[in-house]
Amino acid sequence: MSDILIKANGLSVGFQIGNSIFKRQVLKAVDNVTLEIEKGSFFGLVGESGSGKTTLGRALLKAVPITGGGAHYSDGEVAYDLEDISKENLKDYRKRAQLIFQDPYAALSPRMTVRDIIAEPLEVMGLTKTRVETDERVREIAAKCRLNLEHLRRFPHAFSGGQRQRISIARALVSAPKFVVADESVAALDVSIQADVLNLLKAIQADMGLTFMFISHDLSVVAHTCDHVAVMYLGRLVETAPTRQLFASPKHPYTKALFSAIPSLDPDDRGIAQKLEGEIPSPTNQPSGCKFHTRCPNAIDVCKTIEPQLETADRGHQVSCHRWKELLDLVPA
Amino acid sequence: MSALITVENLTLKFKTDEGLITAVDDVSFSLDKGEVIGLVGESGSGKSVTAKALMHLNAKNAVYTPESKITLHSDDGPVDVLSLTTPRQLNVVRGGAISMIFQEPMASFAPVISIGKQMVEQLQLHSNMTKAEAKAHSINMLDRVGISDPAKRIDQYAFELSGGMRQRAMIAMALSTKPKLLIADEPTTALDVTIQAQVIDLMKDLVEEFHMGILFITHDLGVVAQTADKVNVMYLGRMIEEGPVRDVIRNAKHPYTQGLLNALPKLNDLDSPLEPVPGDIPSPLERPSGCVFHTRCSQIVGPQCSSRQPRDVNVDPTHRVACHIYSEAAE
Repeated sequence: MSDILIKANGLSVGFQIGNSIFKRQVLKAVDNVTLEIEKGSFFGLVGESGSGKTTLGRALLKAVPITGGGAHYSDGEVAYDLEDISKENLKDYRKRAQLIFQDPYAALSPRMTVRDIIAEPLEVMGLTKTRVETDERVREIAAKCRLNLEHLRRFPHAFSGGQRQRISIARALVSAPKFVVADESVAALDVSIQADVLNLLKAIQADMGLTFMFISHDLSVVAHTCDHVAVMYLGRLVETAPTRQLFASPKHPYTKALFSAIPSLDPDDRGIAQKLEGEIPSPTNQPSGCKFHTRCPNAIDVCKTIEPQLETADRGHQVSCHRWKELLDLVPA
Repeated sequence: MSALITVENLTLKFKTDEGLITAVDDVSFSLDKGEVIGLVGESGSGKSVTAKALMHLNAKNAVYTPESKITLHSDDGPVDVLSLTTPRQLNVVRGGAISMIFQEPMASFAPVISIGKQMVEQLQLHSNMTKAEAKAHSINMLDRVGISDPAKRIDQYAFELSGGMRQRAMIAMALSTKPKLLIADEPTTALDVTIQAQVIDLMKDLVEEFHMGILFITHDLGVVAQTADKVNVMYLGRMIEEGPVRDVIRNAKHPYTQGLLNALPKLNDLDSPLEPVPGDIPSPLERPSGCVFHTRCSQIVGPQCSSRQPRDVNVDPTHRVACHIYSEAAE
């Protein structure tokens, strides 16, 4: 068993909405999530929009306030409890944990050269003392992200989507972080470029010994890149397992539905998909019991009243469903 | 089957400060009644511009060459779309014979006018229904696309609906005028997979019911495999491959189509590494000479790739490809 880099323990993030004291409501974006991310792994987080995946990623970076439970970070050099980290420690944590954004068109300042964009974190964090040193670090990371020296003098508008995403990656990695959250980092790219960026992320991860949290709504992308996958629904973790196992035998009805909704490349495979009715409910008005029962094809009475807990189904495979054992024998209709 | 719309030698350039940019280069195809064509390509390949040309909807700086011809075969005889000029003439095509649904439904509905008012407005414009009839018809259409409680929804605003619901309302609105052709520009890209599956199902049902043609623009080959009868693949404004969906997906001929298929992560094969198409799509200002794809192609056959544009070759009667690999064999 290798080391755990990040451990979330009953982590919750709530946002207050409405300013009148009578109408004040708490929106639970992430609700009681417990998970472990191994050092050097590529951890995938999937779910529909509104499932809380981005908020969970940001909570682990301490970019949104943690309102319940906690998260523990330990990389061998330092160990922090993220829920009550001190200001000085947070400054240090920022160097160790970084974020790659979704949209490479919005994430880069149009008025800075690529060199300045990549160098900015170094200067802000005070990681380098001289300009020569900064330039050296920038060139080193640029080479790793397959940007050439001539690119560094240009402005972002001169680059295509794939190149821009490589610049964002260089910027996130220049401070030599240990933990990187990649939030839908390939969603805005064309398929032909997407594969290239995914391969680059994999190569860099192996090269720099990084731990990635890869947030995506695209299951086939996650299947190809991640070692371990967690599925979220309405702020809760519904299933988590090693990638191969999850794709070979998904246990939660939601995971199964997600898989069958992926459009098949086989034109004769039409209409076999198991369809999921309805849409994800509003997080301010969550269903009782199991959050998924309103859309679940297998829901029974107990699902409407009692919330299921994560149960271990297999080594490293946990599922939160009342009926997962019964459903194993059930042939999909 | 009879053709609904035919496009011949469509070449379209945009006048910009940096010079003339070629967006669509000598594209010809036709779409039959009740047929679904998937138009596939990367961003910048000219798919949306081609679709907009069908409605003569491109910006003022668009220049069509004299050879370009788009003919709509309506019940009242053929209409030469590109020769239409006045709004009254154009309305016959725009929203009348052809409707369009867009990628981002939030941006396509006016935010301060209720859904119902927008639906009624366009119905009154394109038919001689009274306001009450138009409203009843709109409610009926909303019900038809699976929106629950349509009589209440019709008075709501776009922001009150969820993403999937908005896209359904958009489809209801596009279909309420009973168009002959529906252009769907990336209609499911902004949606979650579960909602995407619902919308795809809905569109398939509607094709059967209304028997209209659909031009389905997408970059997702999986979506194409599930919806289209035929596939047209575009790259940098050229139509490089065209054929029935099974032939193109199972037996892709053009190196670019093959590259696109290889780059797609496949769920039934997690071991093989992803193979990207090398390089980036070139800037439209630096259009490659010869075959537009030669700068990224891994199967170059000779100097002709960079000097001569490949001719269209029929690998079988319905499957057409523009690549020197096949034109050699044909000569």
